[in-house]
Amino acid sequence: MLKLDDISKVYKVGTFGGQELHAVSNISFDVGDGEVVSLIGESGSGKSTIGKMILRLIPISSGAIIFNGVDVSTLKGSKLKDYYRNVQGVFQDPFSSFNPIFKADRTFSILRDEFFSEISSPDWQNKVNSSLEAVGLNPDQVLNKFPHQLSGGQLQRLLIARALLLDVQFLVADEVISMLDASTRIDVLNLLADLKTRGLSILFITHDLSLGYYISEKAVILYQGCVAEMGATEKIYNNSLHPYTKMLMAAVPRLDKKWEEAAVEVDLKAKGSEFTGGCVYYARCPLPAKDESCARDRPPLLEIEHNHFVACSKL
Amino acid sequence: MSLQVENLSVYYQTLKGDVRALEGATFTLADGEIMGLAGESGCGKTTFGKSLILLTPPMKYVEGHVLLDGEALPIWDTERMNPFRFKEVSIIPQYAMSALNPTRKIGKMISELLESRGVSYKTTRPELKRRLELVELSHDVLNMYPIELSGGMKQRMVMVLSTLLNPSLLIADEITSALDVSTQKAVAKMLVEFRDRQFVKSIIFITHDMSILYQIADSIMVMYAGKLAERASTAAIINAPRHPYTKLLISSLPEVGVKYAEKKLTGIPGKPPLLLDPPTGCRFKDRCPVAFEKCLEEPPFLEVEQSHFVACWREFEEYA
Repeated sequence: MLKLDDISKVYKVGTFGGQELHAVSNISFDVGDGEVVSLIGESGSGKSTIGKMILRLIPISSGAIIFNGVDVSTLKGSKLKDYYRNVQGVFQDPFSSFNPIFKADRTFSILRDEFFSEISSPDWQNKVNSSLEAVGLNPDQVLNKFPHQLSGGQLQRLLIARALLLDVQFLVADEVISMLDASTRIDVLNLLADLKTRGLSILFITHDLSLGYYISEKAVILYQGCVAEMGATEKIYNNSLHPYTKMLMAAVPRLDKKWEEAAVEVDLKAKGSEFTGGCVYYARCPLPAKDESCARDRPPLLEIEHNHFVACSKL
Repeated sequence: MSLQVENLSVYYQTLKGDVRALEGATFTLADGEIMGLAGESGCGKTTFGKSLILLTPPMKYVEGHVLLDGEALPIWDTERMNPFRFKEVSIIPQYAMSALNPTRKIGKMISELLESRGVSYKTTRPELKRRLELVELSHDVLNMYPIELSGGMKQRMVMVLSTLLNPSLLIADEITSALDVSTQKAVAKMLVEFRDRQFVKSIIFITHDMSILYQIADSIMVMYAGKLAERASTAAIINAPRHPYTKLLISSLPEVGVKYAEKKLTGIPGKPPLLLDPPTGCRFKDRCPVAFEKCLEEPPFLEVEQSHFVACWREFEEYA
């Protein structure tokens, strides 16, 4: 359905824009119909940048994003509008996604003016109600309310309902769970998983590995804008090969295993090292086998086993 | 006993009336103990932490006593709390990232802070540097502005700063929530190390993340809607919880190894009551799967097993 073909995002930084910051470098993966792909990485790994490029909120520096056979970056005017009918995003902070001086359901009327001006009012109301019910909200409880009168979980579900009003096929869910409470986050997560059965594809951007495992078929682990490891979720989690993935897995707080039992230690010092052209994880890599070639050449993403790719030349 | 809290109630004053954010909290914290304080947002856990150190309007002290190392803390009087603050009780605030003064170099800020407490910066400096090494920060940070540090570095900086005068009690409010998993682990382990080296005697670790408490806490206290729900050792809370709220909270946690397709988790239906006018009786009864008539009365917070306290009628013998 959606295919990322070798996309990169380079920002000009420094006083006169003389330096380059590689936020995303040469990333390719695809998301199939009804598939949930989780994009996992720490802050600064470029995961939100990828989401924003898909939503065309920021332009791509090189490469292409192909949606159902069409290059997204060429879309203009009504074609672009059609694209947004199919592709929508939901973001981390539900409280700042609404204008606090207007009622929360204004977000629906804006959508109607823009996309559904031909629909009659009763039809529209039915459509809104059924979409609200699909996300598990009671229309009487949430319509005609201001954002501060609703909880974070309700607002987040309103945003998902808004996306469902369009015949959305692809949803970019950027950290949608992280601001929610423990007792409601699982409901929103289950909702996303239920939508999958309606044929919706989801790019689930998160830094929480357990959430990624719960919901997705495929996982992409990002480190400083590069894919460290990607493939089927079970393979990534149960047979992590890249040293970065191993370190991440060992750092996840779990209820069945104490940190002491994990052999991998976290090294904070070298975090955020500079771009050298070689392996981005070089400075933090604990492998005894690492050598100058790691610092010089970017390791290619190789298929180690079926549907399991790793970017490390020392395996 | 390091900390003894008896029947502590703190309300928020609003135009509509008092919001009963913390009611009747009674418990003790032993020397060297790390206690995790867990609960949903709005359950009063941050209110509790703040009331032990800086109780300012709209917060209002209602009743209760707090004893720290046998000495009564005058928490209702912000002036009289001054000698205790930072020296005896210290806090790492929720947004430690913005707790540093952006217009001062960090070293300068620390020196001003120490002098204001009548402590010499010069004599403290060697110890400060030792502790910076312990949290893997270079000495250069003292000559930097906060903006030059990353979020995780600022968090570690504030951690060193808050514990510099070896307080007896440290309140750590959501200190790992805004961090990446790897930084989170490092910061949490450093906090345990601080306790082991006796920089602080005991720690109250406020968080909504149960799994991190399992990693570092000795005991866990669960709050619900301004009331204490359960308090026991970490192993007992995680493996054999007794309050229905704790049970639901733990069973709703997604973990590595749990997949939607294989095992669908469920959340807790409903939402917490408004504390402006809380319901009578047990505050969890409307969401509770095992509620019965007795729940219209308020359950006391009783010890049902050795150091396992719970506030649920179902867990008391005569109703079991």
